[in-house]
Order: sequence, then structure tokens, then C-alpha cells
Amino acid sequence: MFANLDFDVIRRALPYLFYEGMTFTLTLTGLAALGGLIFGTALALMRLSGFKILGRIAGIYVDFMRSLPLVLVIFWFYFLVPYIGQWVTGASRPISVGAFASSLITFIMFEAAYFSEIMRAGIQSISRGQPAAASALGLTYAQSMRYVVLPQAFRNMLPVLITQTIVLFQDTSLVYVLSITDFLGAASKVAQRDGRLVEMYLFAAIVYFTISCVASYGVRRLQARIAIIR
Amino acid sequence: MIEISHVNKWYTPSFQVLTDCTTSVTKGEVVVVCGPSGSGKSTLIKCVNALEPFQSGDILVDGTKVNDPKTNLPKLRSRVGMVFQHFELFPHLKIIDNLCLAQEKVLGRPRDKAQTKGMQLLERVGLKEQAQKFPAQLSGGQQQRVAIARALAMDPIVMLFDEPTSALDPEMVSEVLDVMVDLAREGMTMMVVTHEMGFARKVANRVIFMDRGEIVEDASKDDFFGKPRSDRAQKFLSKILSH
Repeated sequence: MFANLDFDVIRRALPYLFYEGMTFTLTLTGLAALGGLIFGTALALMRLSGFKILGRIAGIYVDFMRSLPLVLVIFWFYFLVPYIGQWVTGASRPISVGAFASSLITFIMFEAAYFSEIMRAGIQSISRGQPAAASALGLTYAQSMRYVVLPQAFRNMLPVLITQTIVLFQDTSLVYVLSITDFLGAASKVAQRDGRLVEMYLFAAIVYFTISCVASYGVRRLQARIAIIR
Repeated sequence: MIEISHVNKWYTPSFQVLTDCTTSVTKGEVVVVCGPSGSGKSTLIKCVNALEPFQSGDILVDGTKVNDPKTNLPKLRSRVGMVFQHFELFPHLKIIDNLCLAQEKVLGRPRDKAQTKGMQLLERVGLKEQAQKFPAQLSGGQQQRVAIARALAMDPIVMLFDEPTSALDPEMVSEVLDVMVDLAREGMTMMVVTHEMGFARKVANRVIFMDRGEIVEDASKDDFFGKPRSDRAQKFLSKILSH
């Protein structure tokens, strides 16, 4: 079955696949995870705050994002933002947003919805006595969050956060709808050009599989190391 | 030091938790609050440092009105030490860092001064060797002594204890009570919710007995143990002292 396969095509494409494709994929994953985490924490704090309106806004946002397929959000965002930008700034023609900026913003907005739910669960897993003890010592709400609640919540949810990031790493391949050269996009281009679809897609699958597996294993190791002794 | 006057708290109009509670704690006084569970004694003590809100009445701590929206609550609380039933040490911080966190972030003490103070207090509660451990590595009694040291590190003007020994195994109760007795004898102003009548007999100046959200009896220790005026206090005492 493998007699007709030419695995040398992979070797020749390696520099392109990794320098162009994987660099893009990892950059997008890293920045989107970071941005999603910051924005997601803000959303979670809004939902947990005493202010009902803030909580509602964050709630609607999260539900909205989670009810749409990611690929559709990427697509719509890319084509809509130039026009929204035009309308907001009053420019005479649609403003140009690069494919990278557009996809990064989309992923941050999308992941924030998922991260915020993880954060919310993590914060709620801390018993109410902890913030009470922090308040009793004179810490303000912000200090109690920063020094007492969030450090514990982060430790509890870090495994889930990283697992979600691994999913994000795989999801970044959806930028193919914008014809961006991420790792899968690069593999796809070589496959089309050389007519070696099976080899290239097989190789791409193995690379995604390996990286995700190693990361999952890393999560388990990390979990054992940083767990709060209870 | 603490003035509680006509405090009422309810969740719904039909579910009153505190009814017209009035009492006071003067400087250097040790007041024990007792009563059956659900009588509102923990709620009352949590109202003193505004961990629980209440609907009417006033509480003054060292002249500052707790229920005034303009009051700087973090500042007020930093001067009122509190010890909880379930210790509430911060599990992600070492013992010494549990003692230093609020000293540094709230009082603005430099790290070395906070640590010196922390070590002194740990020595005082007999736990100097445990400074570098994490809370979960200590027994319940040890954790509660750390919690007392953590509260003392803020140089409080008054200490509140919310059932400090109820979550402890029996053999650990005395090590915590010993620390509290020492504290009382040094003249610390204390308000203590507890069922430990031995502790009350030893160091209390006054005993407050609560039932169904009301202060039923507020008497000197000798009067309370000698001849409680109310039926409910008599029944309560006979039940808990009969063993």
C-alpha cells in the first residue's frame, strides 16, 4: 500500500513547513491563549462581581460566542471588521485589517468565552472562608483576589486551561478559511503543488498528534508538581 | 471598645437572624458568647467586623461606625483580629508567608520586619520550627495556633474568635485554648464565641447567652454560672455541664 508513497517530499518541505507554518501556528496559539486568558479573567470577574449589569453583559457575550462555530466566527469577523471599522471611523473605504490581526482578535475573543467559564469554575471552587479571612485581615477586594483567591484558583484550573490551549492549538488550523499559511496550510499547499496529499496530510496529523500528546503528558507532570498540598 | 446597639438582621422579614442585640465589650475585657447552634452568635460576631451586613442598629468599634458606608472597612478590619472555626489559612502560602501577607500588603511593613514579627509570634504559639511548611502539613490544632498568630501579627486592638475549637479533634482543643488563655491574661480585649465553658470560667469577665437571635442573658461570669436568670440559659447550662 505504501509502495507508491514518496516520503522524501516531506523532507524537502520541512523548512517551509516549520519556519513558516509552525512558527505561525505557535505564535497564534501563544498570543491567543495569553489574550484569551486576560480577557477571560476579566469576563469571569465581571460575572462574579456584585454588579448585575456587568454580569449580564459578560454572560450574554459568553453564551453568544459559545453558540457559534469557530470557523464561522473567523470567517465573519474577517469580512465584517473592515466594514465595521469603516463605519466606526467614518472612513471612505473599508479599513484594511491583516489576516493575522483579524484571526488573532477572533481567537482571543472566542477563547476568552471558554477561558472565562474555566476561570469562573476555578474561582468558585475556592471556599468562601478564604476571601472572608483575607477581608478580615484588612485586604481589599482586589488584594484578596490577587494574593489569595486567584493564585489558588489558577493552580486548580491550570490543567484545564492548558488542555483548552491544546484544543486551541489544533483549532488554529481553521485559519485555512482565510488562506493563511499556518502549519496545516503550509502542508496543504505543498500537498497540492506536488500532488502528494496522503504523505503531507499524514505527516501533518502525526505532528499535531505528537505535539498535543507531549503537551498533555506535560500537563500531568505539571499538575503533580504545582498542586497545593491538601 | 465594641458597642453593639439594637442590631437587627434578617434575610426575609419572616426570617430574623438577630433581634435587637445590644451589648458592649470594654477595653481589656474578655466576653464569651454562647448558646445553642443557630442562635445567631457567629452571625453577631461577624457583624462586628462587617463580614456580615445587618439591616438596622449600630456597631461601633473603637469609635468607628462599622455600618457607615463611608467607613474604610479594610482599615478597620486590619485592626480587628479574627480567628475562624475552620482556620482559613491560605493553603498556597508557607506558614511564615501566611503571617507576612497582610503585614506587607495592608500595613506596608518591609519584608524583613514582617518576617521578624512573624517568627516572634510563631515562637509564642510554639510553632517556630513549622515556619517553612505549608498549612496542610500541620495538625488542626497547629493550624489554629498559626491562625491566631496571623491575626496577632496585625497588632489588633481586639480579637474576635468564632468557635475556634469546634472543628478540632478533642486532644487538640487544649493547645489552642492555652494560647487564648495566655492572650486573655495579657490583657487582650476578646470576644469569643465558644462552647468551652471551662475557658469561660477561667478567663471570661462576662458571658452572653444567645437563643433564637436574641441576647437572653448578659451577665458577669459568676452570676451566669452561679444563678442564670432565664430558663433557657439554665436549661442550656444544665445540658452542656451534665457530662
